[in-house]
Amino acid sequence: MKKGIYTITENRALTKNVFLMRLAGDTSAFTAPGQFVNIALDGLYLRRPISVCDLNENEITLIYKVVGEGTEKMSRLTAGAALDLLTGLGNGFDTAASGDSPVLIGGGVGVPPLFYLAKKLIGEGKHVTVILGFNTKDEIFFQEEFQALGADVLVTTVDGSVGIKGFVTDALSRIACPYYYCCGPLPMLKAVHRAAASAGQLSFEERMGCGFGACMGCTCQTKNGNKRICKEGPVLRSEEVLW
Amino acid sequence: MNLSVTLSGLKLDNPVIPCSGTFGFGYEFASFYDINILGSISVKGTTREPRYGNDTPRIAECTGGLLNAVGLQNPGVDKVVSEELPKLAAVYHKPVIANISGFSIDEYVACCEKISAAPNVGIIELNISCPNVHNGGMAFGTDPKSAKAVTAAVKKVTGKPLYVKLSPNVTDITEIAKACEAAGADGLSLINTLLGMRLDLRKRKPVLANTTGGFSGPAVFPVAVRMVWQVYNAVKLPLIGMGGVSSAKDVLEMMLAGASAVQVGSANLIDPFACRTIIEELPEQMEQYGIQSLEEIIGGAH
Repeated sequence: MKKGIYTITENRALTKNVFLMRLAGDTSAFTAPGQFVNIALDGLYLRRPISVCDLNENEITLIYKVVGEGTEKMSRLTAGAALDLLTGLGNGFDTAASGDSPVLIGGGVGVPPLFYLAKKLIGEGKHVTVILGFNTKDEIFFQEEFQALGADVLVTTVDGSVGIKGFVTDALSRIACPYYYCCGPLPMLKAVHRAAASAGQLSFEERMGCGFGACMGCTCQTKNGNKRICKEGPVLRSEEVLW
Repeated sequence: MNLSVTLSGLKLDNPVIPCSGTFGFGYEFASFYDINILGSISVKGTTREPRYGNDTPRIAECTGGLLNAVGLQNPGVDKVVSEELPKLAAVYHKPVIANISGFSIDEYVACCEKISAAPNVGIIELNISCPNVHNGGMAFGTDPKSAKAVTAAVKKVTGKPLYVKLSPNVTDITEIAKACEAAGADGLSLINTLLGMRLDLRKRKPVLANTTGGFSGPAVFPVAVRMVWQVYNAVKLPLIGMGGVSSAKDVLEMMLAGASAVQVGSANLIDPFACRTIIEELPEQMEQYGIQSLEEIIGGAH
């Protein structure tokens, strides 16, 4: 964990209410894909945890959905503004468990953390299939970016406007899945866990106080005891989750 | 310039102590900075039995602070004594404050007896004010007779200074303070969180799974200062003041109201370096307000 001041270099809408923000600054605290940052915003007491979509030596990319006061404030910030961030939070995904051809399954704003994961796995020589689930055509983002990495991309939409009609599980049933990584809303995580024949890793969300393990505000129970979503999570292994 | 203060014979290098429940068992902060700069550490509230705590969501934001309803999650006193406190002792070389809770006098007594034996425990903080557990915690802290009974019972089984942590959720905090003093308390810690609640407009339900939670953060600071002021007038015991303390100035204000030492809580959650920053800024603020020694200003506004 590191605390630092980051400068916004870009902040733009990808869809009606999903935004991409790039921040310049120290990224040395990150150790794995699937980790998150915790952002201080003027006028709000608690920081806002946002998963990391992409990283390089001096830049963090975040993709976030406007769901409340904090993300609404974020969406109005412009390039040049400075933000106070805690970085390198959470355990992140373990790429060592992936096998040769992992499947990455994301729904809505569960998609972003899978991007850096896909980049890492492809960099390690893995054959990566990505299933991206959205409600409708207008909500789709990052399909081309995943393809550009070299991943096989399947898109599902609930209304059938693009790709496979239905949920991510409707795509999952059509392909081989020796191991998976999943991020999305809780009902989706449950459905993927039920549908997948293999083991995998799932990234969870919870309301947080601190984001670095001090307050016990986001604890969940697992087969391996209590885990703080912000510290021993957000990624849990499928075999340890108590559904 | 002298920053040291004394609590019941225990000398602290400075008055800044992270609050129980906002600093875990302390050792994890050792990777952020050298925690040996802290005056002491009040460690995570401990009960006789292990506790998971309340269901999530346990956290809700509000203006100038937050609500928490963690519900005393802890691994139980045996594991705290055998694992957590030794881990802290390995990285923090000063006496710590052991914060204990319970659901019956027997539980408080059993927990206190065990934790008092830990070599790095310098002070016992008797939490009779947790608003997030049912049939315990705050129930002891809102009735003078119960407060007196649990304080007297725990005092019998510990040789360490006993500080009772008071609830602000009472009509007259001085009555509870006096009851604890009469029962043999060596000091008082105040205030715990204020009982609060938020509703989710979309769901038309409480945000917290526990319905209510404890309100803390800078918004409660004036309430805490007022209560420290009142209790300082009512008893002769040393006080540890807390409630929304976020800066070196807040520390000075709390001490002028009557606190011998100060705990910092919610500020740790939004800035893991909050206590270090406050300690670093204290000399400059002391100079600004013409303070040579912090001990001299305790209760100085009365």
